[in-house]
Amino acid sequence: MRIINGMTRRSFLKTSAAVLGGLVIGFQLPSSGRRIEAKSKWASADIANAFLRIDEDGSITIMVNHSEMGQGVYTSLPMIVAEELDCDWNDVRIEPAPVNMVYSHTTFGSQMTGGSSSVWTEWERLRLVGATGKAMLIAAAAKTWEVAAESCRAENSVVYHDASKRQLTYGQLTKQASQMSTPKQVSLKDPKDFKIIGTPVKRLDTPEKTNGQAVFGIDVNLPGMLTAVVRRSPVFGGKVKSFSADKAKAIKGVQSVIQISSGVAVIADDFWTAKIGAQAVEIVWDEGPDANLSTQQQSEQYAALANTPGAVARKKGNITTAMDVSAKKLEAVYEVPYLAHAPMEPLNCVADVRKDGCDVWTGTQLQTAEHATAKAITGLPAEKVKIHTTLLGGGFGRRAVPDCHFVSEAVQISKAIQKPVKVVWTREDDIQGGWYRPRYYHKLSAGINDDKKPIAWKHTIVGQSITAGTPFEAFMVRHGVDVTSVEGAENLPYAIPNVLVDLHSPRHKVPVLWWRAVGGTHNAFAVECFLDEVAHAAGKDPYEFRRELLASEPRHLKALELAISKSNWGKPLPKGHGRGLAVHSCFGSFVAQVAEVSVSKEGKVKVHNVVCAVDCGPIVNPNTIDAQIEGGIAFGLAAALHGEVTLKNGRAEQSNFYDYKVLRMDEMPKVETHIVPSTDKMGGIGEVAVPPIAPAVVNAIFDATGKRVRQLPISSEDLRS
Amino acid sequence: MVQLKINQKKYEIEADKSMPLLWALRDKVGLNGTKFGCGVAQCGACTVHVDGEAVRSCVTPISAVEGKEITTIEGLSPDLSHPLQQAWIAEDVPQCGYCQSGQIMSAAVLLKHNDQPTDEDINDVMTGNICRCGTYNRIRRAIHQAAKTVRKQKEDNS
Repeated sequence: MRIINGMTRRSFLKTSAAVLGGLVIGFQLPSSGRRIEAKSKWASADIANAFLRIDEDGSITIMVNHSEMGQGVYTSLPMIVAEELDCDWNDVRIEPAPVNMVYSHTTFGSQMTGGSSSVWTEWERLRLVGATGKAMLIAAAAKTWEVAAESCRAENSVVYHDASKRQLTYGQLTKQASQMSTPKQVSLKDPKDFKIIGTPVKRLDTPEKTNGQAVFGIDVNLPGMLTAVVRRSPVFGGKVKSFSADKAKAIKGVQSVIQISSGVAVIADDFWTAKIGAQAVEIVWDEGPDANLSTQQQSEQYAALANTPGAVARKKGNITTAMDVSAKKLEAVYEVPYLAHAPMEPLNCVADVRKDGCDVWTGTQLQTAEHATAKAITGLPAEKVKIHTTLLGGGFGRRAVPDCHFVSEAVQISKAIQKPVKVVWTREDDIQGGWYRPRYYHKLSAGINDDKKPIAWKHTIVGQSITAGTPFEAFMVRHGVDVTSVEGAENLPYAIPNVLVDLHSPRHKVPVLWWRAVGGTHNAFAVECFLDEVAHAAGKDPYEFRRELLASEPRHLKALELAISKSNWGKPLPKGHGRGLAVHSCFGSFVAQVAEVSVSKEGKVKVHNVVCAVDCGPIVNPNTIDAQIEGGIAFGLAAALHGEVTLKNGRAEQSNFYDYKVLRMDEMPKVETHIVPSTDKMGGIGEVAVPPIAPAVVNAIFDATGKRVRQLPISSEDLRS
Repeated sequence: MVQLKINQKKYEIEADKSMPLLWALRDKVGLNGTKFGCGVAQCGACTVHVDGEAVRSCVTPISAVEGKEITTIEGLSPDLSHPLQQAWIAEDVPQCGYCQSGQIMSAAVLLKHNDQPTDEDINDVMTGNICRCGTYNRIRRAIHQAAKTVRKQKEDNS
């Protein structure tokens, strides 16, 4: 087993201590002329401030500061270090990094995982870590042999001096290497010499994920730990008015019932007892201002807003004049619902608050924020608060909550009962608990001139802001425009001379959140479907139409051409089948998908296969890319075919997988992934396959049936023939 | 007190007889490989074997499995040698990995009854197991591969 999880406080600290002897590469590394330094005042020598440790037995431990939620960073990030270190990949194991400023995201500033950014933002730093390690090992060998470092070379965890036919392993050299000074400058490999990067490396965590040994947050157990289930307001924005715990406390195994900021917590010997106890608590709720909110009411509000000017996200040319002179005009409304992330591992958190410290075990995407939250609740000094990152049983954004509620609850409870506690959400808590992808209403209009070219594009977006009222607002909302609401719409890549994109951000008590691929999940649907409508209105093939409009967007174009060339585009299809296309860029990558679907008489949509081309720049692990493209398509397809949270009386109407449906095995299409060879800027991969699938499928349904779907999830009712 | 036989070992569980097997395994016995996903037999993450058949442990009270042979992912094979585990590793199936214990336990029963499953046979059984990461195509490939191994083992033994 090569992944060490912080299962116990003591073993965690022991394994992450940088004082075990042997080479430890710290954080003070040269980086493009500047030094990456620990900014934290509370960084101390006995906490691992290292990315790399080589032990005398030859084992190579790489600290990974990004959370593993399935996207493969526990493999792809070590690959970067191992490449420059020239070590034997079989010697590599990883440890999740503790919380420390040194492990902060190189671009976003705090320790976190999101925005499909792990690989491209660590690329430079981790190459330097590996190269520095190799330089120090070589220097140690050169010193031992009393030869020039330049006459030595490293390969597969061994340093060689060919002239004298001497060799020493990294394990043999590590002690000596740790005495060497960190080199001021190191040279990085020429990419053509890469041996690990760019090859399909298998995940390091697969064995423990096939025998039940992998440790997720929900699997952490501490001596004397109790389990809590929390009753939260069924109405978004509601609060506890009063409650009676008598019936709950009468249940054997229920230890206590307490009120916390989010509701009433029932604490018991085990989950099952806590759950039964929670059901038995009688609560009177103050339902708050949204107690009558319904999906229908919101639809009307959003439709009315869309008819008024919003905050301008993009303005090019003169949309009014262009519309006036257009020979043909189109208008359409696209709508998408609230979506729950529904990761397979329900949210959970273990907290152990003591007088002298606080330890938290959880699968989180926002370590720095969780740390600050636990510190604030406990009043303990920063260095006494420790966040231990476990594996995440899916993240998709749900474990990146700016208000840190799932950690906050556990810390509050443990502090109150003075015992370690595990808070576990039920699936119902998850589906009905909010923090959804916001519902959005899109109103689009376009004008085509006599040459059948689009000359006007107007796109009005209505939906809640994800970042308003959070610490992210400061850098994500500009002039009233939340970038997460308009990404994929305001950066329309098509060469249309007159464009207006504007935004309304109505406020509701329903908490909303980034959901894998964020803005692209709805903007790509609206843009790519409406563009298809415009293509058909212009009498052009949707591929040819896009190709002409993307003439000055080489990366979009390359992805498009590759997907088309691999997809039999334009070739005959079986009766009742159709093909659809979508192109989208997000998180620095460029994706094109062609979907083939059929629609039954009953209106049931079957997606047979998807050809996906992606340009994500230079690649680290093609195995991960394949997996993320397939996974992204499955995630997006679940939303296209099924996903929907609707509201009635301020409450979510769905509660579990029988009414909040997700994609299952029998609906998974064949997926073919093609990577555009690229030396352009590196982009992300974890989210990029999600946005194009819904529009590709909807465009294929139009091709098959002539019916235009403008609302997700796709309704079989509307497609019956 | 309920007596359970799990992975060939006997356990005395102090819990109400209505407690689902899932929570007895996780919270009473300390076998964490079996996962909680939905609590209503919709996702398959909690799948275990009871007398060799796949059972959703989240809706199976411990009173119903007294005296029966219970096998969890930890008991499937002590050393990752089960053909499904080997195939899972060869195909590098898991992403987040949370659902995979349940996927493997469901697939193991499928293979026991049918060592040459078609895609339809796989759909019939595996559609009960949700994977939010979308590893379905790799799961399918791994099952076909494991089936091959099982057939070969049978040939070699006959």
